Amino acid sequence: MMKTKQDQEVELLRLVTVGSVDDGKSTLIGRLLYDTKGAFEDQLAAVRKGPKSAKGVIDIQVMGDELDLAMLTDGLAAEREQGITIDVAYRYFSTLRRKFIMADCPGHEQYTRNMVTGASTASAAIILADARKGMLPQSRRHTHIVSLLGTPHLIVCVNKMDLVDYAEDVYRRIRDEFTAYCEKHGVQDLICIPISALKGDNVVDRGDHMPWYDGGTVLEVLESLDVSGRVDDLPLRFPVQYVSRPQTQEWHDFRGFMGRVNSGTVRAGDEITVLPSGLTSKVKEIATFDGNLDEAFAPQSVALTLTDEIDVSRGDMFVHASTLPRVEKAFEAIVCWMGEEPLVSRKKYVLKQTTNMVKAIVAEICYRTDINSLERDDQAGELAMNDIGRVAFKLQQPLVMDAFEDNPATGSFIIIDTFTNNTVGAGMISKI
Amino acid sequence: MSHKLTQLQALESESIHIMREVVAEFRNPVMLYSIGKDSSVMLHLARKAFYPGPLPFPLLHVDTGYKFREMYEFRDSYTKEIGAELIVHRNEESIEQGMNPKQFGVARCCGALKTQALLDSLEEGGYDAAFGGARRDEERSRAKERVFSVRDDFGQWDPKNQRPELWDIYNARIHEGESVRIFPLSNWTEMDVWSYIAVENIPIVPLYYAKERLMVERGSLLIPVEDVKHLHEGEEPKMIMSRFRTLGCVPCTGAVRSSAGTIEEIIVEAAAAKRSERETRIIDHGANTMEDKKKEGYF
Repeated sequence: MMKTKQDQEVELLRLVTVGSVDDGKSTLIGRLLYDTKGAFEDQLAAVRKGPKSAKGVIDIQVMGDELDLAMLTDGLAAEREQGITIDVAYRYFSTLRRKFIMADCPGHEQYTRNMVTGASTASAAIILADARKGMLPQSRRHTHIVSLLGTPHLIVCVNKMDLVDYAEDVYRRIRDEFTAYCEKHGVQDLICIPISALKGDNVVDRGDHMPWYDGGTVLEVLESLDVSGRVDDLPLRFPVQYVSRPQTQEWHDFRGFMGRVNSGTVRAGDEITVLPSGLTSKVKEIATFDGNLDEAFAPQSVALTLTDEIDVSRGDMFVHASTLPRVEKAFEAIVCWMGEEPLVSRKKYVLKQTTNMVKAIVAEICYRTDINSLERDDQAGELAMNDIGRVAFKLQQPLVMDAFEDNPATGSFIIIDTFTNNTVGAGMISKI
Repeated sequence: MSHKLTQLQALESESIHIMREVVAEFRNPVMLYSIGKDSSVMLHLARKAFYPGPLPFPLLHVDTGYKFREMYEFRDSYTKEIGAELIVHRNEESIEQGMNPKQFGVARCCGALKTQALLDSLEEGGYDAAFGGARRDEERSRAKERVFSVRDDFGQWDPKNQRPELWDIYNARIHEGESVRIFPLSNWTEMDVWSYIAVENIPIVPLYYAKERLMVERGSLLIPVEDVKHLHEGEEPKMIMSRFRTLGCVPCTGAVRSSAGTIEEIIVEAAAAKRSERETRIIDHGANTMEDKKKEGYF
């Protein structure tokens, strides 16, 4: 497999940041991008408010005042005109150890839709809290979404410490509030960091204002988070994406089942079961452009060949017989609704899960969670845009699935409106 | 045993997954091929994605007629070498009428020779999905682009009405007449592209490597002199050690002073660069131009 000096040991970490300009999020992101060279000088110069300094050099210390960093993040003309962030923006920066893909989500507008989208691929979430305000209802909402999506790490940046005289007791009080809330709501790993994005304390450099804090800076934490993940320890899930039959002279008999290992590992010689048919065979080869592999693991994209000529097509899943998933025609799921038209009982949609599409009908809305109070309303007649609730579906064809908390890749699905073809919801399959 | 992918391997796997989804779900995909470094990486990933089979879609080059000679040579020899099907489309009517950026302005020239030609060629081919090599780190409106980006009957982009994109589940459903632009390199940065070219030994157009070239200095840009008729009044061409960070049309692509003659030297230079690569592209200058062009149907 390929490997170079540039590439050695550099891992990918996907994260989501959520919050509004008021929280100092833009300043934090600006500092991370600038200090790791994720934002180029000409991009920064283009968003500069005041006159350029004589040297044309951007002074990071005064960036919060002089640069409108929202202009850097807000990529669309409508956003800049209205001074609001409409959509998730993706930002990239890297250090010697890691490359970061950051989904930057607006804190107010469409927060559920955007944050769920951004968090769906993230291994870590950064939430900002204002040291003067503590844990606000909006912090609870964001934390709730992090816990729903099973994001492995939550980093709470208690920002604007400079405005509370870097007082340790202020930080401790906010940290304890988040800790208590996260324990109650099953957030896997919470890390709190007192920072001043404006002054730079504990973002990239430590600064000398908070000697009482002995944890890492934001960048140190991002560089050291354990993202090896548990996908390796999970059972094999290999959804077939595409069946390749080149029928060229050289590859006349090749019949490759192309796909990405969603979780677990598969080895040449493994006995596999094809679901939903239940047929079995043995892996003959794991083929790639760079040669055959003995073993493939998540999230590698490979092509498998089998020793037997059995009926396999897109949408089927290869698993090991010892660790079977569920095969169901009905299930319940937590749904984050994103459509203009509300989700209602008895309505039909198309669900896409792994490489499968299936027609589904809403059998029942079990409850709707009030995203502010987190109370459950079990009389809800619909889910409106940005609502979250538990929904029972009936399917036209069985799907091969796991509960989302057991295996996010086989427990997640999107909901497609059959009339507009838009993606109107995100679903996470519940345990039975 | 270590089951970890490096970040380039992770990006590679993601791009391959995207390409296979497209081929499985769309009726008639095509891959836009601009001959640049990003296209070269995208094409290489496509070969990997469908190995040992041939590419299951043709390559489409929208040719303005203004590309560098080295680009045409590279295009013809490389696509032949890998056995890809190449379609070249030009807006012949505009080219015959002498469309050029100096006389008609950059916006009109790009509109006719790139955007219009692209939309016409997609419609003629009846393609419902078109791969492009754009990256989100290139330009701020692209930071909000989806991997599967739906275009209406007129090929236009509505940035305020984009489908949410969750996990790695892509919604490929469209209405008759609509099409989808696919960006498998969305999450790659300029540095990733260069590193991957080095790791995988991907051939690229020699213009990316530094050598003495005939240039004029126009403002802060170095403009190559392929044809004296593109010179502005009072400009004096001279030989300058330089290379191109991105490749476009001769009259509108600037070079940078550089002595980077190998891929390793280019990587060192890109790592130290303080200015983004698109700075040398005239089309991006002026308010909003990329977003406006994208709305009209440009990649």
